[in-house]
Amino acid sequence: MTSYVIKDVTILDGKPTDIVVKDGVIAQIGSGLTADQTVDGSGCIALPGLVDLHTHLREPGREDAETVLSGSRAAAMGGFTAVHAMANTNPVADTAGVVEQVWRLGQEAGLVDVRPVGAVTMGLEGTALAELGAMADSAAAVRVFSDDGKCVHDAALMRRALEYVKAFDGVVAQHAQEPRLTEGAQMNEGVISGKLGLAGWPAVAEEAIIARDVLLAHHVGSRLHVCHLSTAGSVEIIRWAKSRGINVTAEVTPHHLYFTDEVVESYDPIYKVNPPLRTKADVEAVRAGLADGTINIVATDHAPHPSEDKECEWTAAAFGMTGLESALSVVYETMVQTGLMNWAAVADRMSVSPAQIGRVSTQGQPIEVGSPANLVIFDPRASQEVDARKTVSASRNTPYAGRTLPGKVVATFYRGKPTVLNGELNA
Amino acid sequence: MKHLLSAADLSYEEAILVLDTAKQLAAATEHGVGKLPPLRGRTVVNLFYEDSTRTRISFEAAAKRLSADVINFSAKGSSVSKGESLKDTALTLEAMGADAVVIRHNSSGAPHRLANAGWISGGVVNAGDGTHEHPTQALLDAYTLRNHLRNGEGDLKGVNVTIVGDVLHSRVARSNVLLLNTLGAKVRLVAPPTLLPYGVEDWDCEVSYDFDASLEGSDAVMMLRVQRERMNAAYFPNAHEYSSRYGLSVTRMNRLSESAVVMHPGPMNRGMEISADVADSQRSVIVEQVANGVSVRMAVLYLILGGSESK
Repeated sequence: MTSYVIKDVTILDGKPTDIVVKDGVIAQIGSGLTADQTVDGSGCIALPGLVDLHTHLREPGREDAETVLSGSRAAAMGGFTAVHAMANTNPVADTAGVVEQVWRLGQEAGLVDVRPVGAVTMGLEGTALAELGAMADSAAAVRVFSDDGKCVHDAALMRRALEYVKAFDGVVAQHAQEPRLTEGAQMNEGVISGKLGLAGWPAVAEEAIIARDVLLAHHVGSRLHVCHLSTAGSVEIIRWAKSRGINVTAEVTPHHLYFTDEVVESYDPIYKVNPPLRTKADVEAVRAGLADGTINIVATDHAPHPSEDKECEWTAAAFGMTGLESALSVVYETMVQTGLMNWAAVADRMSVSPAQIGRVSTQGQPIEVGSPANLVIFDPRASQEVDARKTVSASRNTPYAGRTLPGKVVATFYRGKPTVLNGELNA
Repeated sequence: MKHLLSAADLSYEEAILVLDTAKQLAAATEHGVGKLPPLRGRTVVNLFYEDSTRTRISFEAAAKRLSADVINFSAKGSSVSKGESLKDTALTLEAMGADAVVIRHNSSGAPHRLANAGWISGGVVNAGDGTHEHPTQALLDAYTLRNHLRNGEGDLKGVNVTIVGDVLHSRVARSNVLLLNTLGAKVRLVAPPTLLPYGVEDWDCEVSYDFDASLEGSDAVMMLRVQRERMNAAYFPNAHEYSSRYGLSVTRMNRLSESAVVMHPGPMNRGMEISADVADSQRSVIVEQVANGVSVRMAVLYLILGGSESK
């Protein structure tokens, strides 16, 4: 196996040093090191390989939007070394067979750890539990369960799911959306939805479910994860729950850190996403929550869609936007350049904590000798204008198209192999 | 004026220009000239994704009186019902050489997409989109108000307009609030709290839940259609309660000042938001609104298609 030395790279917030990657692990850290190949890391930051707890890879069923392979390539380009593939495929990942298929496709792609997420309920229908134990015991070793895209809205079923997954240290990742309050909803309910005449998705529909779920998790002593938290009120509820010792974790997406609902005034469905883009006050609150650790992680909710599902009128368009390739730059712009977080915090929110929540033991490890060589080398001095036609994902629905984002992934190492080198995919 | 997508697109000067142009065109067609020539050789497409008899006929009459060629394209009986996308329909219309597209769509913002997505080069007129806007309705309402309250000239400064009903789902209300403000009128919205949009307190108007308290001082009362089905979604308990609290009865009408007019964009639910006696009363200008609709739409098409270019 070829060995690599990354020269003069800064590990998190430290001083420039050299890192040697050999035989799948970090072999040496120090100055004046050599190896078979050299990567210039001067001016760059080394972070542990990013871990996404919330990715839609669309396979099986919607291979026109993304496949495990194309999504793995997009993930590597974004600096990820592990992704959790959401269960809302067709067929739904609600059996050991489907999660093993996705897991095997991930192994074949070989660019990131693909960790399948299992559905909580059969067919995501919210009526009966899926085979949670069988998925946990399968080769895919599922630990994260989610009906993402749909909310487990039945309180009794949610309670049972929270209890049941304790047997194998699983976690239920809830898509918090009260269904009756969001029938036909198109965008954040606020001043702008009223003006645009688009049916509103009120913050309370998210907050009411989160409040209920943290109380349920407390009652049954389970761990709960809240997907794509988007409102100021949700941050407050999570903060309160943590202060009470409730075992809850939460994620925020890059797009909820970056955009407000004002962009919807264009009626361009590239900005149509669920949960919807919120107000400036919400964006400030989720940024503050991520900075102080109330929100544990950033997760992309990478949701590829073919062009025809976005090149249409707003209400006909699909919900979702891609995010794997832009995530680190967006977090850099919204959290680091603003002074809210340092690189150690970025490593925690995008690698260490998501790996812990997903129980991925080989990921999110500290950059030290002996750790698995899952690394991302990020150049914060670079910047890129996002061109939707040049995305590695099979879909082009990036909301950042035409915008300039700071920084660039120079290299990604996955188990010691460079999946990205010199800013180009190496696979 | 390239497009007319929202009443907010119109500056004060543009709004007055539309009204004045409508007045001239109305006068010209009244004097025995069946058709006027300015849009000869131009093609106007009526692209209607929603059933609408009066608006479609109004636009069709307006285009024809200006000698434009009119193509009616309705979602029913066209390839749309076979699932053709708005984009492909737009590309087809573009290839056929549409100079202007008048679009009615059940999706809010569809006219914006049609105008801004780069699919077509012609002008786009919003003939009502979802629960967003209906700018030509607001123009014809302003035109009607100006005729009755300002002798057909100038703006609507100081005129008090009360708009009553399902504001939440009303594209007419949104466009009227915007345009009436541009023209200097004062707007008051009256509705049960369930039928007001979230954030309405930030709009440029007064808001009241009490119709009776809003009658005095109104120069015009505009009643909005309320769909009976709304009560199934718990917006109000039943039609009777709605009607007694927010319907315009003869009793309420008699409390209006003598010069005040009663308007309705149609189609009416007689007995629901407006009683039959009120709709047919002297104060009602509802039929006149329809007639004025043609003149105002002539003006909009004339201005968008650049009447000056015609020979």
